[in-house]
Amino acid sequence: MNETVDVLIIGAGASGAAVAWSLADTRMRILCLEQGDWMKPTDYPTNGRDWEARLYSDFATSPNRRARPADYPINDDNSPIKVVNFNGVGGSTIMYTAHYPRLHPSDFRVRTLDGVADDWPVDYATLEPFFAENERMTGVSGLAGDPAYPPKQPPMPPLPLGKSGARFANAMNQLGWHWWPSDTAVATVEYEGRAPCINLGHCTPGCAQGAKASTDITYWPAAIRAGVELRTRCRVREITVNEHGMASGAIYYDADGVEKFQPAEVVVMACNGVGTPRLLLNSVSGCFPGGLANSSGLVGKNLMFHPYAQVFGYVEEPLDSNRAPPLCLWSMEFYETDPSRDFVRGYAFQFGRGIGPVTEAIFSDADGRLPWGKDHHRVYRKLVGRRIGLSAICEDLPEEHNRVTLDPVLKDGHGIPAPKVDYTLSSNSLRMMDHGIARAKEVLAAAGATNVGVHSPILNGGWHLLGTARMGKDPSRSVVNEWGRSHDVKNLFIVDGSIFVTSGGVNPTCTIQALALYIADSMKQRLATLFD
Amino acid sequence: MENDNAGGLSAAELKDLRCVAGMMVPASTEYAVPGADDAAIFADIVNSLGRDLGDVRRALSTLSSLAGGAFAEQDVSRRETAAAAFRERGGAEVAALSRAVLQCYYRDDRVVRSLGLEPRPPFPKGHTLEQGDWSLLDPVRARPKMWRDAP
Repeated sequence: MNETVDVLIIGAGASGAAVAWSLADTRMRILCLEQGDWMKPTDYPTNGRDWEARLYSDFATSPNRRARPADYPINDDNSPIKVVNFNGVGGSTIMYTAHYPRLHPSDFRVRTLDGVADDWPVDYATLEPFFAENERMTGVSGLAGDPAYPPKQPPMPPLPLGKSGARFANAMNQLGWHWWPSDTAVATVEYEGRAPCINLGHCTPGCAQGAKASTDITYWPAAIRAGVELRTRCRVREITVNEHGMASGAIYYDADGVEKFQPAEVVVMACNGVGTPRLLLNSVSGCFPGGLANSSGLVGKNLMFHPYAQVFGYVEEPLDSNRAPPLCLWSMEFYETDPSRDFVRGYAFQFGRGIGPVTEAIFSDADGRLPWGKDHHRVYRKLVGRRIGLSAICEDLPEEHNRVTLDPVLKDGHGIPAPKVDYTLSSNSLRMMDHGIARAKEVLAAAGATNVGVHSPILNGGWHLLGTARMGKDPSRSVVNEWGRSHDVKNLFIVDGSIFVTSGGVNPTCTIQALALYIADSMKQRLATLFD
Repeated sequence: MENDNAGGLSAAELKDLRCVAGMMVPASTEYAVPGADDAAIFADIVNSLGRDLGDVRRALSTLSSLAGGAFAEQDVSRRETAAAAFRERGGAEVAALSRAVLQCYYRDDRVVRSLGLEPRPPFPKGHTLEQGDWSLLDPVRARPKMWRDAP
C-alpha cells in the first residue's frame, strides 16, 4: 500500500498546479495524481505540416473526438454546447487560447448589485493579491490603465496589435466603444526561463515555443523543485471516507491499470467543473449515499459554460490570419448591467485575428459559403486570410437544472461512469447573445467587413466548466465554504472552477488560479485548526 | 466488399472518393493548382482518414445511393445532382468527407504556394506581427472608470 501523504491533490491542471505550488512551502508531504501524462513540446501540432488537421484528431478540443487514453468520454448529447477540455499535466491550460482576464469586482456581488443569483463569499479585494501573485507566476502580458478594471500591472508588455487588432481598434473608436489589449498568458519577452512568443499562431493546441503559460511549464517545475510529487497516468475512481466521515484517501488506477489506494490526511479536488462532480458523485458510501460532500444536493448542479455568440466577416486586404496568437483585444463596453437592456448582467467581446487556410476551408465549406466545383478557387481566394471575427462571451447565470450527473451506461476505459451533461440556454442568455450579435455586426461594419456569418452558440464552446460545487457560507445552499473546504467533510477541499458561484462574462482561468492560491493560503493560515 | 486496405477503403470506395474529391476541388489552370484528385493529394487524403473513416465510408455509400449506383460510374450530371443533394442534407457524414479532402488539399505545397504562403509548419520560424499604432488607445485611456464598485 502507498504511504500516507499529508495532502493528496487530484488533477494537475490550472488549479491543482497552483495549490500544489502554494502548499509546498509548508513542507508537508504533497502528492498529486493526474490521469494524463506530461506533454512534449515536440509533439505539439505546430511542429508539422498537419498542424491544422490535428485539431480534428489527437488535439481535438472535444475529449469524445480526441479520445486519447487519458481522456474520459462525456455524454453531452443533451446540451447545445459541447464540453471541451484537455487531460494531462497542465490540464486544459495545455489547450486554451491563454486569454486571461480577471473577473470584475461586480462579478462577486451579483445579488447585491443586480438582484440575481447569489453573491460570492469572497470579493475582488480579497482575491486581488492572489490575482497579482498568479499573474507573476503565470507570466501575463498586458497593459496597465484599462478603465474597465481597478488598477493592475501585468508583468509583461502586451501582444502587438497587428493588422487585425488595429482594424478592430479603429472600428471601436469609430463607435466610441471600449477596447483594450487583452491580458494574455503568453510571454512577450523572455520570462523566467520561457522564450518569448514568435507568433506560431496556433496557440490553442499547445505552444511548441513554450511562450504560452500552461502549468506544466509554470507552476509544476517550481512545485516539484519544492518537493511536491506528481504521479501521472493515475486515474482516480473515488474518494474514500473513514468511520468518522473524513476523507481517508483515493482509489485510483495506475499506469498499468492496477487498482491502488492512496491514503491521505487532506484531499484537494482540482478536476474541473465536470470532473470534480463526477468524482464526488461516484464516491458513494454509507455516510454519503448521495455522493461525497453532497448534503446540499448541489454537487453537479448549477453548471455554467459561458455561451459564446461568434460573429465574423471578411475584409478586402489580407490580415494576420493564423500568424499570431488568435485573440488580441477585449471590450467591456457591455459588461456591466444596464437597466435599459432586456437582460441582466452582461458580456465581454473578445476579438480574433483570423484563422488558417485549412480551417478557413473547412469552416466555410460547412457554412455553405465555399462552393464545390469550378468556382471553388475564386471564392476561396476571397476568404482565406481575410476573416476577422469577435465573440460575445456571455455571463451564464446558475440554474440547478443545468447539471452534471453520472451516465448510467457510458463508462471510461477503467469502467468508471462517465459524466452526463444536461444543459439548456436561459432566456436571459439568449437575449444577451442576440444583443451581442447585433453589436458585433456593428463592429464588423465599422471595420469594413462584409459577408457576415454567425455561430451562436459556438457548438464546441464548452471550455469553461463552472459552478457544480459552488462555494458559500450556507451549507444548505453550497458545497464548500468561503475558503474551499467542504461543509460536510472537513478535510476535503475543492479548488477548481466548480466552486464558482456565478460565471462572470470572461474567461475564468485567471480567477480559478487566483482562487486556488487564496484557498491554499487560507489552509496555511489555519493549519493548526484546519479541521475544526 | 473488396478491400485493398488503402486507408481502410475498398477499391470501389477509393474510386468514389477520388471522384468526389475532384468534384469538390477541381484542378485549375487559371490558378495553376492541382485538383484534390491529384495523385499525391489523394494519397494524403486516404492516409489521413483516421477518426473520419467510418463517416467517410457512410458518406460514400450515401452518395452512391443518391446517384442511383456506384458514384464514380455515373455521368457528370447525375453525380452533380447527387453531390448537391448530399451537401444539402448536412450532418456528420458531409462534414467528415469535406474535412478529409480539404485538410489535405490546403496543406499541399503547390496549393499553399499558390496562395502566397510558405509551405512550412509554424514552428520554429514563427511569423512577424507588426506592433501597430498604440496611439489608437488614447480615446479609451481618456474614459472615466467603467467598473462598478462592489460593496
